[in-house]
Amino acid sequence: MIASVFYFLSFVSIFFAVMVVVSKNPVHSVLYLILTFFSIAGHYLLLNAQFLALVHIVVYAGAIMVLFLFVIMLLNLNAATEPVKSSLMKFAGAIAGGSLMLVLIAVLSKINSIQPAHEVNTQIGLIKNLGKILFTEYNLPFEVASILFLVAMIGTVILAKKNPHTS
Amino acid sequence: METLINFLPSIIIIFTMFVVTLLIALYSTYGERKVAAFLQDRIGPNRAGPWGLLQPFADGVKMFTKEEIIPDSANKFLFILGPSIAMICCLMTSVVLPWGGELTLFGKTFYLQAVDLNIGVLYVFAVVSVSVYGIMIGGWASNNKWSLMGAIRGSSQIISYELSMGLSIIALVLMTGSLSFRDIVNQQHGGILHWNFLMQPLSFLIFLICAFAECNRSPFDLPECETELVGGFHTEYSSMKLGFYLFSEYINMFISSAVISALFFGGFNFPGMDWLLETTHSTNIVTMVGVGAYFMKIFFFIFFFMWVRWTIPRFRYDQLMNLGWKTLIPLALVNLAVMAIIEMFKHQHAFGF
Repeated sequence: MIASVFYFLSFVSIFFAVMVVVSKNPVHSVLYLILTFFSIAGHYLLLNAQFLALVHIVVYAGAIMVLFLFVIMLLNLNAATEPVKSSLMKFAGAIAGGSLMLVLIAVLSKINSIQPAHEVNTQIGLIKNLGKILFTEYNLPFEVASILFLVAMIGTVILAKKNPHTS
Repeated sequence: METLINFLPSIIIIFTMFVVTLLIALYSTYGERKVAAFLQDRIGPNRAGPWGLLQPFADGVKMFTKEEIIPDSANKFLFILGPSIAMICCLMTSVVLPWGGELTLFGKTFYLQAVDLNIGVLYVFAVVSVSVYGIMIGGWASNNKWSLMGAIRGSSQIISYELSMGLSIIALVLMTGSLSFRDIVNQQHGGILHWNFLMQPLSFLIFLICAFAECNRSPFDLPECETELVGGFHTEYSSMKLGFYLFSEYINMFISSAVISALFFGGFNFPGMDWLLETTHSTNIVTMVGVGAYFMKIFFFIFFFMWVRWTIPRFRYDQLMNLGWKTLIPLALVNLAVMAIIEMFKHQHAFGF
């Protein structure tokens, strides 16, 4: 039962991810990407990580992709304004992507023989356990990440703010 | 079979709430017109049935039988998808709301709540943040500049107000220590003094203002501002697709009222609850009165939404953005910081000083 749900979700996420790249219309690409995020949220649910699944939907599907869609709708991209890519670029892209896939396949083909280093707590994804472990065991990385976000936020404000001397 | 019986109460509650939600939304349109008429010293709808009570059904038949027009240059699939998303998202929220306390029927005890998610508040947020696609996709697929402007206004407004809404809720969650609706409602048991709007007046105020903005209700109904944008994001829509957009607004209003009542006004708690339990010795009676009390609160807030709509004029778009980003977010941050300090002193022993 769980396995078939997993295979279905995997098929859906890979299918939509391919459609993101293949579809000609940028708005369609963004919509397929949203569906990909939803199927990934489904994977989180399978891993018993409800908090992560919902935060994933709120942050990625609900906020970031809305901004993506926003910009693409305002730019009004269509076939006429599409930048022409040289065949050299396409060739380089194919080689880079292909070698990445080769490495990933080489690594993941041995996945069956890899055992988890220690006992995995299946209840760790529930919000209570996650909160406790974030504020005790992983307190330092958590705070560092928070400071990183704060710096990024202030940086955005400064970049967006007009310089009174130049304007 | 055993699992089916265990899930049966949830399934029944989901179906009941589905029907009740649609009925309340249907009669909210009637209520809106009656409230507007009252505030403007008119009579309002009074032709269809006694006191015009059949008016919503007449409107529904009109919507269904109107000619349906899909613009030639519109993206047909996305054009139909827009109102569908709007409708689906607003119906999904009611699953996590607690409609009442314990009920014992046929020797089985269950809660009047479909699912008690331990992250229920976050679930509501996720659904709300996804519902913006209904407006965006519909507005873009219409291939009309008024619709696009309305869609972009709507999405930027909803994103902006989601931030302060989230911050005000974090302050509340900090105090309750739970994201489950049932826990939050149960903590408000024991009289009006325990209700959260007294403990967190600022959170309540911010949440209420943001709820107006999230529902696209006046004074924040800029996405469908007809003086500037013809009809806003649903300019090109006709027939029942337009009906779904309008209907989803009323369902959102009902759900917002239910969330506000549950988070800040005690949900199904009512004054004299313990007294009623002592005199009748029946949790079933208390629960049914509680459900009634909850719906009274919800109806009050639906009325409040209408009251405000016909009292306060619409904001200008820059005023809306200034209010959201320069007033509500700093206010919510200060509120959060103050709440954090208070909570720290309350739980001093946990910090070792």
